[in-house]
Amino acid sequence: MIQYVLRRLLQVIPVFVGTTLLVYYMVFALPGDPIAALFGDRQPNPAVIAALRQQYHLDEPFWVQYGLFLKNLFTFNLGNDFTGQPIAATLGRVFPVTAMLAIEALVIQGVFGVAAGLFAGLRKGKLFDSTVLIASLVVIAIPTFVLGFVLQLVVGVQLGWAKPTVGSDASWGTLLLPAFVLGLVSFAYVLRLTRASVIENMNADYVRTATAKGLSRPRVVLAHILRNSMIPVATYLGANLGALMGGAIVTEGIFNVPGVGQKLYQAILRSEGPTIVAIVSVFVLIFVVANLLVDLLYAWLDPRIRYDK
Amino acid sequence: MKVPHMTTSKISVSEAGASDVKPLLEIRDLAISFATSGGEVQAVRNAHLTIMPGETVAIVGESGSGKSTTALAAIGLLPANGRVSGGQILLDGEDIAGAPEKRMIELRGNTIGMVPQDPMSNLNPVWKIGYQVRETLRANGRPDGPDDVARVLAEAGLPDAHRRAKQYPHEFSGGMRQRALIAIGLSCQPRLLIADEPTSALDVTVQRQILDHLDKMTTELGTSVLLITHDLGLAAERADKVVVMYRGNVVEAGPSLDLLRNPRHPYTQRLVASAPSLASRRIQVAKELGVESEDLLAPSEASPGAAFTGTTAQHRAQQGKDKPEEVLRVENLSKVFKLRSGIGRSADFTAVDSVSFGVKRGTTTAIVGESGSGKSTVAQMVLNLLPPTSGRIVFDGVDTATLNSREIFAFRRRVQPIFQDPYGSLDPMYNIFRTIEEPLRTHKVGNRASREKKVRELLDQVALPQSTMQRYPNELSGGQRQRVAVARALALDPEVIICDEAVSALDVLVQAQVLNLLADLQANLGLTYLFITHDLAVVRQIADHVCVMEKGRLVETGATDDVFDAPQQEYTKALLNAIPGASLMLPPEVATA
Repeated sequence: MIQYVLRRLLQVIPVFVGTTLLVYYMVFALPGDPIAALFGDRQPNPAVIAALRQQYHLDEPFWVQYGLFLKNLFTFNLGNDFTGQPIAATLGRVFPVTAMLAIEALVIQGVFGVAAGLFAGLRKGKLFDSTVLIASLVVIAIPTFVLGFVLQLVVGVQLGWAKPTVGSDASWGTLLLPAFVLGLVSFAYVLRLTRASVIENMNADYVRTATAKGLSRPRVVLAHILRNSMIPVATYLGANLGALMGGAIVTEGIFNVPGVGQKLYQAILRSEGPTIVAIVSVFVLIFVVANLLVDLLYAWLDPRIRYDK
Repeated sequence: MKVPHMTTSKISVSEAGASDVKPLLEIRDLAISFATSGGEVQAVRNAHLTIMPGETVAIVGESGSGKSTTALAAIGLLPANGRVSGGQILLDGEDIAGAPEKRMIELRGNTIGMVPQDPMSNLNPVWKIGYQVRETLRANGRPDGPDDVARVLAEAGLPDAHRRAKQYPHEFSGGMRQRALIAIGLSCQPRLLIADEPTSALDVTVQRQILDHLDKMTTELGTSVLLITHDLGLAAERADKVVVMYRGNVVEAGPSLDLLRNPRHPYTQRLVASAPSLASRRIQVAKELGVESEDLLAPSEASPGAAFTGTTAQHRAQQGKDKPEEVLRVENLSKVFKLRSGIGRSADFTAVDSVSFGVKRGTTTAIVGESGSGKSTVAQMVLNLLPPTSGRIVFDGVDTATLNSREIFAFRRRVQPIFQDPYGSLDPMYNIFRTIEEPLRTHKVGNRASREKKVRELLDQVALPQSTMQRYPNELSGGQRQRVAVARALALDPEVIICDEAVSALDVLVQAQVLNLLADLQANLGLTYLFITHDLAVVRQIADHVCVMEKGRLVETGATDDVFDAPQQEYTKALLNAIPGASLMLPPEVATA
């Protein structure tokens, strides 16, 4: 087991180098001069530009730039962004906000998605089932940004139930609406996945045997149907974490959430290579570690899967 | 040689008659229907059944006969689309046919226990065995500490129960899982146990142990048993009374031996005639009477079970004795699999251990053994689907290991397989024409018109209507599918056919038909069969020679009659003894009827 975890953690290294290299190269290849963009319409002194370029190593070839980035990373120095602020401090400010948003979204997906899916599956073909099936299809069909703007307008502006934008005031309460938007599409997928899995397991032989043993219906449902149905759902939630992080960029933009997604979006607009790569690196780390956790959870859910062989 | 408990329960039955004991379970006029997209379908009609306390009653029938449906109705576990549409199920006089779910939950476990059919799928893979026993005890208000769990498992014959309780189902063998299921079914001392094909998925020797143990436990507890089985021999051996079901109707019922000796309904007669375990006994009895086996087995014989022409091949082999040609020779064949046992480490597992045998042209050789004996691995190596670790396979004088890819292609034309599962081995997206034509097309035989003609001939040969060509596998029954598989194997006019458990998945009557077909084809086309099977009764019916395998080694080989009449090895004897019904000596008049 420990060997397996170590092996998986070692796999992080090539994944990490590969993704950062790719992202770094893409930023490098972006057209336009980020330094010139800093000055907007003003005509700066060429000597100042040259000095800035040198400060940010923008005059060096690609490999040198990437090498410097890696070197800094290993000394835990993420450097400064183009406005002179240390990137590490920025990340420390924005990540907790996004973490709150993501946790809320995960709970919406995981808890409510599974519960609704279980309920629908057990009542296959009944009114609740048909309703959520159609509703989830609608949710899946509508792009997140449309859904986000509509809910912002209806729930936030017209009904006034929630703050339409979050701004600097990020808390569990104010993030609820953005988290709902962020989690909604995956909620629909989790619901459908759970429902299908429940329907399949409901007719399994061991469920019939469990009933034949004299167990009450709630026990049969929880211990034998739901538990077994969670296995594919856990896999989906892990793989879906990437979509959650990508979705955060859009959602944070719509609701003006001062989180990682917004920061990343700004950095891309400004071609701020170091910031982009720093954020993406953290995303990669989170993704790899979260998937490792999901795989471990998977082994716990399904004891037939063993990693120590 | 009856099992001990039967005498005791027989006594209790006769006592029951005297002292006016009420039946434990009485099923009256039971009708069960299923709601399908095509409307209501009647699965069971007018079923009658009575079980006295302590009695064992068997329901016998083929798949789809309604035997399992009847039993499931008695424990209130019909599928969601099924319902009792008429009649009564009286448990101790209380009609439970329409009882509310709450009442059924009270009864299940405590009063009615169940041992299900397939040990592989009836334990929840994600919970430890001990947990699955404990929740049963707890749900029925019994003490459920670790010691109680271990005691229940130990009583079902599971050694080292404390440790075993902490394991998961996938760490158990099939026989151990079935013991765990028996432990669960009997853990709360129910008065009625429904055993639905409790051992049909197990090897014969394990089957015997499990059934003996089940007999012993139910006798000690005084439990009544409703045994569901497709195997008439097993039913007769284990039950006091047998109820025969056919297409949803009870066609005949009575004390086991009476019913077996004197079947009245035509369906029961056919069942008795083709029960493989009984048929094999019949051949033997006939011999003792001095009846020429050729007479008994003449292909014109009306009874399907008796119409075996397996000896026709023997005949031919004897006729051709002056030039006994070995078409296939296996020499010191071994297969070692590497099992990973840690990073960079591996353990060797010898699946096949220097096996040697020869197959003469036009004869049938059976390789028989239990699961894990390596018999299927041998078949795969002979088919050139798996490279041997050492040893040689000589086909028609040529070592198959030396063949290049073009020669292998040609080799495949001459050696064809038929596999076990007629549901899994046909592509559901191909219609029957395409399925049978595919080998012809792959080997570029003829043009479209000639291939179609060939497919029609093949369908004639396997006794399927030519209209089958346009149908898809899911529209055919298991027996029909296996005929299609036979037709596909015959398409390239092969010389050798390797049948890997080719009839194991079929009901006895269908099994008899397919075996007949194979025997006829052998007589007409001079085919050579290598038959891989776990079923000794089948071996007896078709094979000229038999090779018994145990744990990768060939333990005994010889002519079928010699091996059956005078087995040399303990293992072979154990296998033979374990055939259900083998111990039932049928009087000759039944045997020859």
